[in-house]
Amino acid sequence: MNWYKFSSPKTFYPVAGSLAPYFLGVAGALLILGLYIAFFLAPTDFQQGEAYRIIFVHVPAAWMSMFVYLIMAGWSVVGLSLNSKLSYMMAQALAPTGAIFTFLALVTGSLWGKPMWGAWWVWDARLTSELILLFLYVGYMALHSALDDVRRADRATAVFALVSAVNVPIIYFSVKWWNTLHQGASVSLTQAPAMAKIMLMGMLIMSISFWMYTIGVALLRLQCIIAEREREIIWMNEAQRSE
Amino acid sequence: MKIAGILQALLWRDIKLAMRRQSDVVATLFFFVVAVSLFPLGIGSAPSLMHAIGPGVIWVAALLSSMLSLNRLFSSDYADGTLEQLLLVPMPLTLILAIKIFAHWIVAGLPLVILAPILGLQFDMGAKDIGILVLSLILGTPLLSLIGAIGAALILGMRGGGVLLAILVLPLYIPVLIFGAGAVTASVNGISPEGALSLIAAMLTLGVVFAPFAAAVALRISLE
Amino acid sequence: MLKVRALECRRGASLLMSDFNMSLEAGQLIHLQGANGTGKTSLLRIISGLSTQETGKVLWNDVDIRTAREDYSSNLIYIGHQPAIKDDLTVLENLTVSLKLNGVNVDIKRLGEALEVVGLARRKNLPARVLSQGQRRRLSLARLWLDQRPLWILDEPFNALDVQANKLLEERLDQHLVSSGMCILTSHHTPNIDKKLLTEVSLGL
Repeated sequence: MNWYKFSSPKTFYPVAGSLAPYFLGVAGALLILGLYIAFFLAPTDFQQGEAYRIIFVHVPAAWMSMFVYLIMAGWSVVGLSLNSKLSYMMAQALAPTGAIFTFLALVTGSLWGKPMWGAWWVWDARLTSELILLFLYVGYMALHSALDDVRRADRATAVFALVSAVNVPIIYFSVKWWNTLHQGASVSLTQAPAMAKIMLMGMLIMSISFWMYTIGVALLRLQCIIAEREREIIWMNEAQRSE
Repeated sequence: MKIAGILQALLWRDIKLAMRRQSDVVATLFFFVVAVSLFPLGIGSAPSLMHAIGPGVIWVAALLSSMLSLNRLFSSDYADGTLEQLLLVPMPLTLILAIKIFAHWIVAGLPLVILAPILGLQFDMGAKDIGILVLSLILGTPLLSLIGAIGAALILGMRGGGVLLAILVLPLYIPVLIFGAGAVTASVNGISPEGALSLIAAMLTLGVVFAPFAAAVALRISLE
Repeated sequence: MLKVRALECRRGASLLMSDFNMSLEAGQLIHLQGANGTGKTSLLRIISGLSTQETGKVLWNDVDIRTAREDYSSNLIYIGHQPAIKDDLTVLENLTVSLKLNGVNVDIKRLGEALEVVGLARRKNLPARVLSQGQRRRLSLARLWLDQRPLWILDEPFNALDVQANKLLEERLDQHLVSSGMCILTSHHTPNIDKKLLTEVSLGL
């Protein structure tokens, strides 16, 4: 089968539309399963009581936020080396979802922190890294929307995604170091309680659910992006012909 | 050798141009001093507090000054068309940009390093700590110029580019800030700053090797 | 020898040219014509390597220019719409720098002569800021009397030039073509050079 055929936005458009519901369906099913485990199957934690259960959303969301950024960087590399428009569009489609997960991780981290430490925000390593990651997502999306020339926007954001993705581990490492420097012993807000196997299962299922959701939603968003760009081309060609 | 001649000409040109617009350099320095003074005015000036926040404040101000000066790296050359000509020079754009960034640092970063000790005194820093401060800035400010150049290349010619530049570049600056200010804070607290300093040095090495290339790619994209 | 094959060029979402072919040989001048917006400047920028095309190739001596960028760059002079002059440098410094950056070593005497030819000798130590549009254009063209590269890519070089400067440039173009140079340029009027050496190419779908 000629896979290259699908690298044309026009050809991929219907494929995206037909695949999306499957991914979203699986995501929904896994979400229900994951939440069931989170609320009913996982035991109450000795130290943290019931409030710790938010970990089942917080940790998968944090994992996804980093994972999606990596995938965006991956598509950016493909786009820059093969000059394929669809790759750039895919990266663009993933960004908002990644940002949402980052935001979700921050909010759930905050909600976890309040009963635990009495404060709505704690400058611990993970939350601070997530905050910086949110800045990077916002930067990516802001850069794309600020550039009028779509071609330049695609390629500039691809470069930015690559450069910042390479920096993400450096940022994470530096924030961890910063935390130990200023707070001595690692008092981590998000120090998860000792993991019972069922808890790990729960988080894994939630992560996969989020992942399926990401793919499904990105495919739908991709359709919108393809349609927008095609429309602009049609409009421009009509204007030219009428001249 | 032809390459050396070209690089020399470029270095001479950029520094000469900066010398003829000294107000730009002075403005950056002035911002540095003013920004530093804002913190005690905003937070309070108890000596123990000054001692504690000194390294961080000076580093944040240096970072912001550095970022404000990034505009000058490409904007004037872009406006009069000389930037395009630089792309047509028979030399790798990576090398060309490395020289431009170096020239930019001499004019925008080095003055900050020279002024820092005086500001350190404002925060009651001892001689040893001031030494570490200067060292951290000598290693850190070139890195800020290098990373910043990538951002400046990406937003070339955009209206309202300054704000967008900040959004793009400040998150990438954070590790430099953490280790730079961290080195000085460590020294102030009697811990060895060696670890942090060597990390900045390592990042600087990576930056020197990769940032000009990334900036070159970004510049070609912006000038198409 | 320059060849352009099956070039497709876009600006934004509009297609400027499709399957465009062209070749330029030593001793030939191509006068690129077309209404506003037909892609003349875009084509020149693609040929000089500043922009990239959608599809198609630009070949210099049968080598794709994208694979041998520096080698190609050392064979061309591109002068675009903007005079590419630093306001804060003097006329002489501007010319010196633009040549040195391209690895061309010229002594001060020849620089002086070139400035003499374009009529800027008396202003050579003035900052370029004080020059008029026409004088700036002449300064940016001064390179052509000092640099021996074969391929000239000139975008509206006659812009803002007075009658005398016009003639000077045309004479220089003639000289260049006769010594096996080649040139592609855009202009509102046809340059007054030997008709045998001139080719007209029109753009516009």
